[in-house]
Amino acid sequence: MTFYQTIAEGLFFAFILLVILGSILTIRTKILMHTVLGLAVAFLGTAGIYFYLGSMFLTLMQILIYVGAICIVLVFGIMVGYTPTEVADKTIKDWRNKFLAIFSATTAFLLLIACVLKTDWVPALAENRDFSITHLGEEFLYTYCLAFELISIVLLVAIIGSIILARGGREDEYKTIEHLRSAKGNYPNDDAQ
Amino acid sequence: METISILPPELIRMLIAVIIIISFLFLNAIMMGYLERKIAAHVQRRPGPMEVGFHGILQLIVDGVKLLGKELLIPFKVDRTLFRVAPLLSFTPVILPLLVIPFSEKLQARDLNLGLIFIVSMGSVNVMALLVAGWGSNNKYAMFGAMRAVAQSIAFEIPILLSMLAVVLMCNTFSLKEIVGAQEKIWFVFLQPLAFLIYVIAGVAETNRAPFDLPEAESELTAGFHTEYSGMGFSLFFIGEYTNMFIVASVAAVLFLGGWHGPHLPYGEYLGIVWFFLKVYFLLFLMIMIRWTYPRVRFDQLLNFAWKYLVPFSFVNILITAVLVKL
Repeated sequence: MTFYQTIAEGLFFAFILLVILGSILTIRTKILMHTVLGLAVAFLGTAGIYFYLGSMFLTLMQILIYVGAICIVLVFGIMVGYTPTEVADKTIKDWRNKFLAIFSATTAFLLLIACVLKTDWVPALAENRDFSITHLGEEFLYTYCLAFELISIVLLVAIIGSIILARGGREDEYKTIEHLRSAKGNYPNDDAQ
Repeated sequence: METISILPPELIRMLIAVIIIISFLFLNAIMMGYLERKIAAHVQRRPGPMEVGFHGILQLIVDGVKLLGKELLIPFKVDRTLFRVAPLLSFTPVILPLLVIPFSEKLQARDLNLGLIFIVSMGSVNVMALLVAGWGSNNKYAMFGAMRAVAQSIAFEIPILLSMLAVVLMCNTFSLKEIVGAQEKIWFVFLQPLAFLIYVIAGVAETNRAPFDLPEAESELTAGFHTEYSGMGFSLFFIGEYTNMFIVASVAAVLFLGGWHGPHLPYGEYLGIVWFFLKVYFLLFLMIMIRWTYPRVRFDQLLNFAWKYLVPFSFVNILITAVLVKL
């Protein structure tokens, strides 16, 4: 094994370790912020695995979309709602939720294992097909056009949904303010002025 | 002969490049700090730092030594791990983009064919660092600063990407070297004036500089996300900010101002770096002048400006570009 290969193998296991540690942090910590940061670490590890597999494009997209967009939106949500001292309540004993969580996690795990065992793994080199970005882009826009467009419809629905939620929320907020005004005579923050 | 090549030459080359780049980062931060204070002083009709060295030229070195010697205060109720990690996290992603920036034709650490995407994705990791710093500080000012930073960067990331995309459409590549190569005859600033304008405005906002410096607005938030940091923790944020400015300016130079192109010099493939630095520091000078000339915008003005003006204009621009290029 040459020096390069040793480095590459070492990096591969480092990335795997990153994914595993990130995932453990994600599910074990009691602080929501740490959960998201663990997720970000796991995403970075995944990006590293893409890098090891030789796809710079997927690596950068993984960082850009998952770490740069999704994690940040999640963190943003948490920052609006939680403070660092606020940790998950340990005393919750909701057996139904626990059962559902275990059930769905086990099912997903078993399905994935079944897929892994069933697939006939061919090394990418032996596959001898075109994996360039140009080719991938053409496949998306010609062969898998329908799937591609469906994903964009999902995004559209999400955006419309969030707009509807945001609109409703603001009206409710105004109603609460009006309610407070009528109940107490003035809005609680007014005395600051 | 086998023993000589224990370390592969490519690895040694990268290591040397990283060392040069990191030392350049510190130098750049010192120079920018001095320039900023001096320009600010002259804008406000006062002399600025004058005591240490000729016209205070060594002031920032003295300041750096002071910051190095300062105690790293960690407030009692902060999230200790995150609080310590955040400065490093903000410093690392600003080093990496410099690896793909072509300083001149032959001075580039690594020519990625996805160089532009690389820079953009590292920029998005940087926002994460601000969030971690703001949240980890357990301080309301820091938290508000971080939240503003995120809202702002989400809003301005779109016009910045779209204005970059207009250039990418014109030369059909993400490689920064090839983009500069395509500008040998005419700089893209003349072909894409609107994209350049949008890029510069959004770039100033992306680096959290005045008039868009709401994440660290002194008069409202003390210092924003780095309120609680002292000593080297603060300096790392400080260096990170100046490096970010340098990256934004050098990407502008690469995409719109023709990178290393300029009047002919001997050893042009190396000395093109002179033209590159002239362009970059001209843009940085412009950014500093903007900071000390215009007042800070309000937050709603900032977001309205991004979503209602910059985004639609950049969409129109990219549409026109696409039609003209493909005709």
